[in-house]
Amino acid sequence: MLGAAPKVWAPPGIGVTAARAPGDAHVSALTSSNGPTSPNGPPAQPDLSTAVFAASGIGVRFGGLVALDDVSLAVGTGQVHGVIGPNGAGKTTLFNVCCGFVRPDAGTVLRHGKPVRNLRPHRLAGMGIARTLQGVGLFAGLTVAENVMVGADRHRRAGFAATLFALARSDRDERALRGRAMAALSELGADGYADRLPDSLPYPVQKRVALARALAAEPDLLLLDEPASGLSNDEMTELGELIRTLTDRMSVVLVEHHMDLVMSVCDRITVLDFGKVVADGTPDEVRDDPAVIDAYLGEEATHS
Amino acid sequence: MAQQIDRTGTPAAERAPAAAAPSAAAPGPGRRFAALRRRMPRSTFGRHALITLAALVAVVLVLELTSPFRNSQFATMSYYAIAAAGLTVLTGLNGQISLGHGALMAVGAYTTGLLLTGDGGLPLPVVMLVAAAVTALVGAVVGAAAARLHGPYLAGATLALAVAVPGLAIYFDTALGGEQGLPVASPHVPSWFADAVYFLSANETPTAKYLAYVGWGTLLLVLLLLANLMAARTGRVWRAVRDDEVAAELAGIRLGRVRVLAFVVSAACAGLAGAVLGIVVRLAAPSGFTIVLSLGLLTAVVVGGLGSLVGALLGSALLVFLPPAVTNIGIGAGLDGTQAAQLAPFVYGVVLVLVMLLAPSGAVGVTKKLWNRSRKNRRGPSTRRTG
Repeated sequence: MLGAAPKVWAPPGIGVTAARAPGDAHVSALTSSNGPTSPNGPPAQPDLSTAVFAASGIGVRFGGLVALDDVSLAVGTGQVHGVIGPNGAGKTTLFNVCCGFVRPDAGTVLRHGKPVRNLRPHRLAGMGIARTLQGVGLFAGLTVAENVMVGADRHRRAGFAATLFALARSDRDERALRGRAMAALSELGADGYADRLPDSLPYPVQKRVALARALAAEPDLLLLDEPASGLSNDEMTELGELIRTLTDRMSVVLVEHHMDLVMSVCDRITVLDFGKVVADGTPDEVRDDPAVIDAYLGEEATHS
Repeated sequence: MAQQIDRTGTPAAERAPAAAAPSAAAPGPGRRFAALRRRMPRSTFGRHALITLAALVAVVLVLELTSPFRNSQFATMSYYAIAAAGLTVLTGLNGQISLGHGALMAVGAYTTGLLLTGDGGLPLPVVMLVAAAVTALVGAVVGAAAARLHGPYLAGATLALAVAVPGLAIYFDTALGGEQGLPVASPHVPSWFADAVYFLSANETPTAKYLAYVGWGTLLLVLLLLANLMAARTGRVWRAVRDDEVAAELAGIRLGRVRVLAFVVSAACAGLAGAVLGIVVRLAAPSGFTIVLSLGLLTAVVVGGLGSLVGALLGSALLVFLPPAVTNIGIGAGLDGTQAAQLAPFVYGVVLVLVMLLAPSGAVGVTKKLWNRSRKNRRGPSTRRTG
């Protein structure tokens, strides 16, 4: 799933714009300079040593193709950091480097200022990092509650022997995990579906369950890979509000195609194009950056 | 809803019907079911132990009331069921296929044959535990290789195991008896056991019945432990790894470890099954552990319903009781002995084909579906009334 090409970036152009309802934020957020600003005011660029999570000078080549070239990114405490860019810009590759699915040829990943060596996906949860997947990636054979309990798995206490003999310790552990799962589900308003199988639920609910699974791990860094894909405008607004409420507990990194969501939610935005960082700053800075407009926003302006 | 959430440790086999129809306020049998559930012990162990105890009573009744011939059939069923229960956990819950479980049973049987020396040797339970441990060790080695393989490659690798292990017995013919096989000493019936049975039923305990008791005692213990695993975290993580590797890994689960653990648990069951087979058949011979045995186990598990312990029981019952039953019917219908004997594999094959065509989720899967449908139908009118 991760290796697959990211969902096709809606080509900025007349067709897409015309297909949307008039006054849609998709366009207005890009063009208006007084769009919604972050409640904390313009945050300063966190430096690599104080950042909750940072990537420094990441380079990735697939054969002769340079997927990422000297990409750096720093996420401050309680910040929402957006990563945007046209299709094939390297956003997902960057995410996969951050998760240990792809080993970078150059550069390091830093956690609280310390370089992380030998980053593997299964170590993320223990490091307090949770990630959602493109699509939903739920376990089809597990109920919603069990799905989220797997997300909370890093908080388990009982071992194999306790489970094998069904010791009281194992029962206590199960109750605690279920408690965490139900708390995460009710925070997202999905606790009514606890005993359903994911496939029987509408897609937006599945997305919420996937998010609950990530939150159940109680991470201090949440990586969201296209959380708004397949959601309606109302649901997207709701998601944006939700992400903002998370910032008192965790930092969020967001890869997303929906500009209105990114512009309204993010404190800082990194723009990638052809594997390079073309801009990095607050939504307002990025919006007006000529390099960003060159990269792909300008295309829309010339077409419309 | 609250009752539903409470059911933390219910085995998957029981939970699934309720899971698909989440309203616990269903009238009729649904409510009675919920009431029964409330009266069950809250702890997972208490609940499972209660069910096991009830099953034990049933086993005693059946073994005391049936003929010696049936007793020996039940003994045969017990070792098939032990191995099938282990296999259903591996294939159904963790998604790893194994064509090599017959070979793992051979490891258990040969270990038992080497250690069980009749008089003055190790006691039977110790021998069986050692057999399980040795097989688990072999399972760990195979599982470590298997954890890196998928689908047809895994099937191929385990198939190689199924072919190679009986060959080993022929190669080391001085220690393992070669083609003739290794005789397994028949355990004596302990006098306390015979006394207990006599006290309960006023029946004598011939060796065949004792072996059936050993087999079914082991089977119930295995089912109890497997149900414990399935109800709690271990089973959940196995299923998570089966369903989505990437998501499981991101939740902090080490895929390799989880897969090897599943293989080890499954192999330990196969080792126990091999030990029971050894003492029931009184022989561990290469011809008893061919690929046919491995395939038979796999079909039993699939016919019963993958991933369900009840399904494994049903499947192995079919494996043991169907062929003689068909032969009897054949003779009753006027066929001669040879023709009747040929009828059995034919009917077994037809049953397999029909199951694959009509009920690919196995007997347990079909039952669940029917149960869900009947619950939904009953609930339909009542919700209209209240709504």
